[in-house]
Amino acid sequence: MKSFTYERAASPAEAAAAAARVPGARFIAGGTNLLDLMRLEIETPMHLIDVNGLDLDKIEPTRDGGLRIGALVRNTDLAADPRVRRDYAVLSRALLAGASGQLRNKATTAGNLLQRTRCPYFYDTNQPCNKRLPGSGCGALEGFSRQHAVVGVSKACIATHPSDMAIAMRLLDATVETARPDGSTRRVPIADFHRLPGDTPHVEHALAPGELITAVTLPKPLGGTHLYHKVRDRASYAFALVSVAAVIQPDGNGRIAVGGVAHKPWRVEAAEAELPRGARAVAGPLLADASPTHHNAFKLTLVQRTLAAVLAEARA
Amino acid sequence: MKFETAAGENPIDRQAVVGKGVDRIDGPLKTTGTATYAFEWHERITRPAYGHVIGAGIAKGRIVSLDLAYVRQAPGVITVVTAQSAGPLGKGGRNNATLLGGPVIEHYHQAVALVVAETLEQARAAAQLARIQYAREPGTFDLDAEKDGATRPDSITGGPADTAIGDFATAFAEAPVRLDGTYTTPGQAHAMMEPHASIAAWEGDRLTLWTSNQMIDWGKQDLAKTLNIPADNIRLISPYIGGGFGGKLFLRADALLAALGARAAKRPVKVALTRPLMFNNTTHRAATIQRIRIGAGADGRIVAIGHENWSGDLNGLKAEAGVRYSRPLYAGAHRMSTTRVAALDLPEANAMRAPSDAPGSMALEIAIDEMAEKLKLDPVEFRIINDTLVDPEKPERAFSERHLKECLNQGARRFGWHRRAAEPATRREGAWLIGLGVAAAFRDSPVTTSAARVRLDGRGIVTVETDMTDIGTGSYTIIAQTAAEMMGVPLERVVVRLGDSSFPVSSGSGGQWGANSSTSGVYAACVKLRENLARRLGFDAEQAVFEDGEIRQGGRRAALSEAVVDGEMIAEDAIEFGDLDDRYKLSTFGAHFVEVAVHSATAEVRIRRMLAVCSAGRILNPKTARSQVIGAMTMGVGAALMEELAVDKRYGFFVNHDLAGYEVPVHADIPHQEVLFLEETDPLSSPMKAKGVGELGICGVSAAVANAIYNATGVRVRDYPVTLDKLLEGMPEAI
Repeated sequence: MKSFTYERAASPAEAAAAAARVPGARFIAGGTNLLDLMRLEIETPMHLIDVNGLDLDKIEPTRDGGLRIGALVRNTDLAADPRVRRDYAVLSRALLAGASGQLRNKATTAGNLLQRTRCPYFYDTNQPCNKRLPGSGCGALEGFSRQHAVVGVSKACIATHPSDMAIAMRLLDATVETARPDGSTRRVPIADFHRLPGDTPHVEHALAPGELITAVTLPKPLGGTHLYHKVRDRASYAFALVSVAAVIQPDGNGRIAVGGVAHKPWRVEAAEAELPRGARAVAGPLLADASPTHHNAFKLTLVQRTLAAVLAEARA
Repeated sequence: MKFETAAGENPIDRQAVVGKGVDRIDGPLKTTGTATYAFEWHERITRPAYGHVIGAGIAKGRIVSLDLAYVRQAPGVITVVTAQSAGPLGKGGRNNATLLGGPVIEHYHQAVALVVAETLEQARAAAQLARIQYAREPGTFDLDAEKDGATRPDSITGGPADTAIGDFATAFAEAPVRLDGTYTTPGQAHAMMEPHASIAAWEGDRLTLWTSNQMIDWGKQDLAKTLNIPADNIRLISPYIGGGFGGKLFLRADALLAALGARAAKRPVKVALTRPLMFNNTTHRAATIQRIRIGAGADGRIVAIGHENWSGDLNGLKAEAGVRYSRPLYAGAHRMSTTRVAALDLPEANAMRAPSDAPGSMALEIAIDEMAEKLKLDPVEFRIINDTLVDPEKPERAFSERHLKECLNQGARRFGWHRRAAEPATRREGAWLIGLGVAAAFRDSPVTTSAARVRLDGRGIVTVETDMTDIGTGSYTIIAQTAAEMMGVPLERVVVRLGDSSFPVSSGSGGQWGANSSTSGVYAACVKLRENLARRLGFDAEQAVFEDGEIRQGGRRAALSEAVVDGEMIAEDAIEFGDLDDRYKLSTFGAHFVEVAVHSATAEVRIRRMLAVCSAGRILNPKTARSQVIGAMTMGVGAALMEELAVDKRYGFFVNHDLAGYEVPVHADIPHQEVLFLEETDPLSSPMKAKGVGELGICGVSAAVANAIYNATGVRVRDYPVTLDKLLEGMPEAI
């Protein structure tokens, strides 16, 4: 871990301004990912701006019948909120499928969206990784890639986004609210928030330097049956091989988003039209142009079969 | 004390204390965080410096330049140790790669430098400033590719590399029912909770090393040899160990580098390996490829059994020899086995819980399941048909005790084995396919010399000292029970001190020899103390009874403390074993039963129930023995379902080198576990009439899981771990 300076921010605007002012600054909230990466010197911020004291830990109704989730709401609290459990159960289920109880107690809503990949080549500083060291190459592409992405990949990077929560947020069409260093705010649809790797896998999201997430808002509830099926090699405390978030309506229509397969939460609205015709019909357009490796080609089958399990459960 | 003939009746047979499932006597220290693990001697070492190990960034080649200028200038840095600065070092007899590499690099993450600083954080930060340039050389990293060039080792543990009995080729060719299968097991990591850690302090030319090591004397001898100093100048202290599983049998880089760092820094130095370094820096269980051929008559009797095993090791040294499992387990007149080792440039391979037998069982016990199916026999029945009471390779040599049949039968009854569907993939509950599996467990129970010292003080307190270790197994408790039984004092009046090289040399902990050997050493020392006490108080040691803190004979009685005149009375002795384990085969047996549910769409596997029935001589403490077995069953589940050191065959390293990438079971993976021990003693094993259980418990578990998955799904997977991607293609259609 490199030495760094540290300050506590008094307001979102001030935090954003400070982050823009000091080169190499990063925000810190739960620290469940950032601190690990700092110890390994994968992240080497020169300055940390602690946002934990900001008044961003409320869950409030919005005027159009949705929910506004403060950036600092802890994963445990979000999963347990009665409104979330009643109206956005897929979000609660996704949260509880992630990490461990201890980590969820610390991890925040905004921080969860900004998790870095768990690609082992990203984590080993002796290995090439375009995400960690742009231009150094991708160790995973022809290496051990069982966990890696199968859609939306590039020659530069086949890493996945590790978040469960983000899959549910994408399904629910959440909006990310931010504060910018110039004092302004903006709203970014979740669909535009995470990026595909392309030639710049180190650029993972739409935030500009210094821009701070202040809240994530959910539109009004969708109704329907909410499911989150996370498939992994052990029963708990592991990242998804594949996960499927779904809201299925009584008529068989609905939405799905898939985790563990791409650099961002994977949702193809066109594929959702096929939902009444079953998992196989959905999987085609959902995974069109997939480009798996020898190690992870099974994910294509697994997505379809997990989807089938989810649809069967929705019918049951 | 020499143990050369079967044990007669002795004080242990009273079982007033031994054989009781008492709580661990060291439990409160551990649950309150006051047990001093290797990194935690805060009161003894108040101002240590901290060392951070730099691991090599390549698998094979040379360091071209090692620029430490920025490291030395970094805040808090005291010194940096490299192979060059350390000067000529020896190599411990049990080490393969050198523990401090450079300029030659033998494997990935081989230690190349230790940065010593005032704080852990400073040492770690400074280490990142090292500028190391390597010249990478091509290496061999792929066992499958190197298999054909593998060579025969001189021997394997407990026997020759190859064996041949009768005429296997002809008998197999002519057998009416035949199986020819190839099975693979991946490399596995010990992944113990406590990392390798040491604190070293020099006083002149004398070194004290607080460390985490299963074998105190091996560690001391190999450290002396590596440092080129007399072994008597070294004191090794390791009273508590947070798991070892064979990964702490040997001197490792933390210990050597702490010693070198402390010498260079001229003050005590602490070194713990970071988790990401452990997987490639230390040892692991080697991957295996195993070909098994079995021929049987239509009556289900095996006539021919062949087992060929390939594994790899750095420099082609040590075999992970699965053949050990098939040699003694089932009858059959015509037999062959071969062992080959390939030279790989991966980190060195070495012992992990039930070395050779765990992977051997993973392969053989699937093959047996497959063979039973070909014969249309129940797999329990097939195993019983081929049971043998003599060593099949040496029919003149009987097992001292062998109750495999009883384990299988009792387990089958207890587990409800009759509910298993003979036809696979026919039992379904909702979305889940249900299956049952069984496997036989076998593991030798070696014995080895073990010494102890016993002190009796004027208050009647009995103190046992031996360099035996407690790696979480319960050594403290069973040693206390042994001394309490022998001296006739309550458990509360026994103090046990372990893991210190100033104590008599014990068996140490490994190969499941520890419990039986070390308690036998304590038995021997107690016999001597009993004789000394009897002599001083005028009793006949043979006739006297030691009970309630007294020595009694006829109508006479005296408090033990009466014999103590000069503060304390001390006796020391060792148990030494004769040739009983040559004349008889001393082994432990068991049966594992597993029920699994496999999701019909996703092929996720969930274990529902597990049962182990074990036959392992006298069980010294059923509670700690059970804990060992359920831990071993858990480890067997890991090996079956998820554990695999993934090799990057281009760069030659284990890619998933942390606990996020190398998955072991979590609580949610482990359901109800039941363990039964057969009531028995083995008078040929030792005066304790006991054996080991800690490795028996893992043997066969993984195959029982794999067999249950086959029973549930009809998909036979011969390559571990049985992850869902290997099952998907064979699962029922999901729409």
